Amino acid sequence: MQQLFSNQYIILALTFAVFYYFRRLQYRTGWILLNPILIAIVLLIAYLKITGVSFEKFEESGSLIDFWLKPAVVALGVPLYLQFEAIKKLWLPIVLSQLVGCLVGIVSVVLIAKLFNASDVVIISMASKSVTTPIAMEVTQALGGIPSLTAAVVVITGILGAILGFKTLAMGHVNSPIARGLSMGTASHAVGASTAMGISNKYGAFASLGITLNGIFTALLTPTILRLLGFI
Amino acid sequence: MAKQFFVIFGCLALGEVIVWATGIKLPSSIIGMLLLTFFLKTKIVKLEWVEKLSQFLLANLGFFFVPPGVAIMLYLDVIQKELLPIVMATVLSTILVLVVTGHMHQFVVKAERKIMAMNLRKKNKAKENSNAECVSEENEIQV
Repeated sequence: MQQLFSNQYIILALTFAVFYYFRRLQYRTGWILLNPILIAIVLLIAYLKITGVSFEKFEESGSLIDFWLKPAVVALGVPLYLQFEAIKKLWLPIVLSQLVGCLVGIVSVVLIAKLFNASDVVIISMASKSVTTPIAMEVTQALGGIPSLTAAVVVITGILGAILGFKTLAMGHVNSPIARGLSMGTASHAVGASTAMGISNKYGAFASLGITLNGIFTALLTPTILRLLGFI
Repeated sequence: MAKQFFVIFGCLALGEVIVWATGIKLPSSIIGMLLLTFFLKTKIVKLEWVEKLSQFLLANLGFFFVPPGVAIMLYLDVIQKELLPIVMATVLSTILVLVVTGHMHQFVVKAERKIMAMNLRKKNKAKENSNAECVSEENEIQV
C-alpha cells in the first residue's frame, strides 16, 4: 500500500488532477481564494501527512515538475523581447519604480516582522521574500538566515500576489497596465508574472522585467539595508 | 520541437556556464532569460523557433511552483512558532510593494510627460520669438 501511495505516476496524476480541477473551479466561480497553486499545495501536504509518505519520497516525483521552473523563467525572455521598444522608451520610470519597490519590500517586511516580535533569524530569512527563489535563498545564505525558510516564504508571497495582486492594484488606484504588470513581478516574482501573463502578454512582459530588476536590486541592496537597520 | 527545446535549454546551459565562469550572484535562469531576449533582438534566434515551447512553459508557470510549495511542510514548526509576524509581515509588505511600485511608475511617467510638455512649450515660444524678430527686422528694412 505504502508503495502505491508514493508511486511516481500516482503522485503526478494526483497533482495534475487537483491543479486542473481547482483551476477550473476558480475560473467558474471567480473566487480568488480557490487559487489552484495554494489548494494543490495544501491538499498534497494533507495527502503526505495522512499516507505517511515522506517529503523526500514526494520530491522524487515533485522534482519532475519543478525541474521546469528554470526553463519557464528563460521563456519569459520572449515577452520581454516582444515589448522591447516599450521598455526602452520607459526605462527611467521602470528603473525608479523598481528601486523604490525593492526598498519598500525589504524595509517593510523587516520592520513589520520586528514589530510583531519575530526572532532575528526569521527576520533575516524574510528580507528577500519578494524575489525569485534562487536569488532570495542566496541572499539569506549570505546573511546567515535559514535559506529553506526563505524558500517557503517566497512561495507564500508569490501565492499572496496571485490572490491579492490585481484586487490590491485596483483598490490602490494603480490603473496603467504597464505599472500593474511591473508591480506584480516586483512584489511576487514568477507567480505574479504568471498571473499577469494570464491577462495579457504585455502585462507578462513588464512582470518579467519586475522579477529581473527587483531580483538584481535585492541581491545588491539587502545586506546594506539590513546593516543600516541594525539587524546584522 | 527539438529546436524549441534546444533554444530554451541552450540559453539555460549558457546561463549555467556564465554563472560558473564569473561567479556572478544571479540564477542561471535569469541570465538565460536575458540571453534569450538578446538572441531574439539580434535575430540570432527567430521568434517561431521558441514561440510554442515558451507559450506552453509560461502558461503553466504557476503549476511548477506546487512542489516547492509542498516543501513548506518541512518548516511548519518554525512557521507555526512565529506565525503571526510571518503572516502579517508578508501580507502587509506585499500589499505595500504592489501599490508603491505601481504609483511610483505612474508618477514618474506623468512627471516625464510634464517636463516634456514644458520643454516643448519653451521651444515653441523661442521659435515664436525668433519669428517675431525676423518679422520686425523685415519691417525695419522696408522702412
